[in-house]
Amino acid sequence: MADHDYSVKVGGEAGQGINTIASILSRSFADQGLHLFAYQDYYSRVRGGHNFYQVRTATYPVYTFSDNLEVLVALDKASLDLHAGELNPGGVIIYDKALEVETPGDNALPLPMAALGKKHGGKEVMGNSVAAGAAWQVMDGDQTILEQTLGRLFQKKGSAVAEANLKAARAGADYARDNFTGSCKCRLQKTSDKKSLVLTGNEALALGSLAAGCRFISSYPMTPASGVMQYMARQTRRLPLAYEQAEDEIAAINMSIGAANAGARAMVATSGGGFSLMVEGLSLAGMNETPLVIVLGQRPGPATGMATRTEQGDLLFALHAGSGEFPRAIFAPRTAEEAFWTAADAFNIAERYQVPVFVMSDQHLADAYYTVEPFKLNKVVIDRGQVITDNELSQMETYNRYKITESGISPRAFMGQGEKCVMVPGNEHNESGYSTEDPVVRTRMQDKRMRKHKAMAKEVKAPDSYGANNPDTILLTWGSSYGACREAVDRANRQGEKWQVVSFPQLWPFPAKEAMALTGKAERVISVEMNSTGQLGRLLRLETGRQPDLAVLKYDGRPMNATYVLNQIENGGVFPWQ
Amino acid sequence: MAVEPKEYNLDREITWCPGCGNFAIMDTLKRTLAGLGLSPHQVLIVAGIGQAGKMGQHMKANTLHVLHGRLLPVATGAGLVNNRLKVLAIGGDGDGYAEGGNHLIHAARRNIDVTYMVHNNMIYGLTKGQASPTSTKSIKTPTTPQGNPLEGLNPITLLLGLKASFVARSFAGDKEQLRAILEKAIQKPGFAFIDILQQCPSFNKVNTFKWFKERVYDINEAGHDPSDLKEAFRVALEWGDRIPTGIFYEDPEPRPVFREAVLGGEDKPVTTSEINPLDITEIMEEHL
Ligand SMILES: Cc1ncc(C[n+]2csc(CCOP(=O)(O)OP(=O)(O)O)c2C)c(N)n1
Ligand SMILES: [Mg+2]
Repeated sequence: MADHDYSVKVGGEAGQGINTIASILSRSFADQGLHLFAYQDYYSRVRGGHNFYQVRTATYPVYTFSDNLEVLVALDKASLDLHAGELNPGGVIIYDKALEVETPGDNALPLPMAALGKKHGGKEVMGNSVAAGAAWQVMDGDQTILEQTLGRLFQKKGSAVAEANLKAARAGADYARDNFTGSCKCRLQKTSDKKSLVLTGNEALALGSLAAGCRFISSYPMTPASGVMQYMARQTRRLPLAYEQAEDEIAAINMSIGAANAGARAMVATSGGGFSLMVEGLSLAGMNETPLVIVLGQRPGPATGMATRTEQGDLLFALHAGSGEFPRAIFAPRTAEEAFWTAADAFNIAERYQVPVFVMSDQHLADAYYTVEPFKLNKVVIDRGQVITDNELSQMETYNRYKITESGISPRAFMGQGEKCVMVPGNEHNESGYSTEDPVVRTRMQDKRMRKHKAMAKEVKAPDSYGANNPDTILLTWGSSYGACREAVDRANRQGEKWQVVSFPQLWPFPAKEAMALTGKAERVISVEMNSTGQLGRLLRLETGRQPDLAVLKYDGRPMNATYVLNQIENGGVFPWQ
Repeated sequence: MAVEPKEYNLDREITWCPGCGNFAIMDTLKRTLAGLGLSPHQVLIVAGIGQAGKMGQHMKANTLHVLHGRLLPVATGAGLVNNRLKVLAIGGDGDGYAEGGNHLIHAARRNIDVTYMVHNNMIYGLTKGQASPTSTKSIKTPTTPQGNPLEGLNPITLLLGLKASFVARSFAGDKEQLRAILEKAIQKPGFAFIDILQQCPSFNKVNTFKWFKERVYDINEAGHDPSDLKEAFRVALEWGDRIPTGIFYEDPEPRPVFREAVLGGEDKPVTTSEINPLDITEIMEEHL
């Protein structure tokens, strides 16, 4: 069977239920064994405004969105005005018949959503299921799969609700079959019976943290990171997990520092503005060597920026934040699957090196839905690093929390673990944790802490290359922009180019040697980033002396895709590093 | 086995000025903890930054000597995770009422199981004498060279307004009263707040030991009933020729402490040195 790659856009006002339609379709695509990338574009408002969901489904993995649509489901007039032009030739429009608009072409189905919803499901809101049923019918999906999905999605609300939605969806499908006079090229395939997970980057991060045995999260809500804390908060009823919504981000990070020193794996999740408030606490964790995981979901800045939009503008901020010099690690997962494993690993790195660890995402990754094979949970390793056993502790005369060692790592005992006291200071200190201004001790302590950086650098996750061998052009990227670059490279190579993506799952300690090896021979290195200053390119230059030749940047708050990347390169790109 | 106060001694140089009120407070705290049979390893002192915060460096115990003003969030996190530790938070008036003001409100609201001691010398001691939120009106300091234009904040009415579960004031010059209050506070589950008036012989020449000594009186001896919140407000408004000390308010009925609210009936520490992987299969499968 030939591969296929379809996109459906569902547009409407906030509160109209585009999420419901999109999730019914997404889940159903996944259950046909198809891959998924679904992202939403929404305003920071509760009602009104024009929002949309774009669901892409293909017979092969997809990590970004495409330009053109096969189906547009329009719940408001703006959807027709703004998106009808995005349809491929032969694309279909399904629109709410209640909208008083001129027929938008031949290949369109005016669907009485609310009326059918009321008639068959008992309520006008069932119009969402009517729309999903009609779209599914038009795309030639397997009816039993759709019905299974509806049953599962609405089961939580009771069997009566599930039944009503089912009837509404059938009514939508019947209506489309009887009334749609155009044609749709979509023939949704059923590729496998294997069930896959459908989850967002945020959900994957939360799930990975739970898998890693995180027992404490304190945060203050801030889009796009709120999804992580809310997901964790929901699990407190069945797991021994403490969650607190702090009074501010300052309190949040300090609570986690307290929890970590008492022995829990602890984390915070925030966005740039909230992280700004955490900077002093970050520095404390650097000084008192507290293992801590910081999920930093980026949105455009400065200040409050654009709450629901995407950017990768905080890389150098995370790298340099905090007074003084101390080791840290920065990871940036590129997909939801990687987000899970990165979160799980982050706790190990944090505890083994007793440092703050960043897991950076961006709104596009945080909120987009991906299909992922179920995680093999028994592959998650929990490594708490050098922890003193109760027995060892009892044999010690006194416990020195900051014992100077060759690796820089001082074996950890937790407060209240045994009969020895643990002294943890924010001032410079000696081995026992007592504050000091002695120049010799200070130098030894700073060296001890920074030795951990060297040790961490030895096991840094290397950059990953994808595409042609011996490339002449390299797209350098990180985070969710990987998806766009990967597809751009595939498209270029199909035209006979020799391109490669080099992407960085870990950005600090910076894998300088590996980056040089991968980029050294290429004629052209192009840094592709969602910011205006080319921060990854800058970091490459700082750490290797190699400066990218040009950049593809985007900082309008909207994600980039492959076409954008290719067009920018064709137009010569930009050079932000003067 | 009886615990001796000297078990809390740390063999280190003490950096307070001669005549500082902190000596009496530290001595009384050691006696109180020992008297309650608590050994240093059973106690966690979360200390702020300032001369008062140095308690986190001058006493033997588990100590988290943290950032200026951030002691209460740290105490919140540590106490949630390990409820076997007796958690004390100790800091100055600048630390708690200026830099950490927001945290104070929320610690009281959460009713964290922490005894919070504010060493209130009505001045910034460590940074050499600038005005604090409790500094007297008109006092001249390096940052108020024309005299402090503001009235001092009243921490007692603030905490009563928050209906904190235990609200008291004591004086470094009355070790007996201080010990009696500390004993109650430490044993009480939930948030126990004690503002401890304290002389700063180096930088506060207005509110001296003698100045306090001539003014303080014990409200409980004078008949105040700590279960009477309204009356507590009335008494707490007094400040001037007479300064009320003692227990202003104490919850007549026990109320849930924060840990119960967050973790339900969970009595064990959230974690010990070993953590078992959580079984999240069921949670993951919700995404199928
Ligand atoms: C974030 C931050 N700001 C300022 C300081 C400087 N600083 C240290 S202690 C202090 C005030 C001390 O006054 P108080 O809290 O009343 O304690 P005292 O020394 O009087 O006991 C200040 C401003 C600091 N350490 N950290
Ligand atoms: Mg003071």
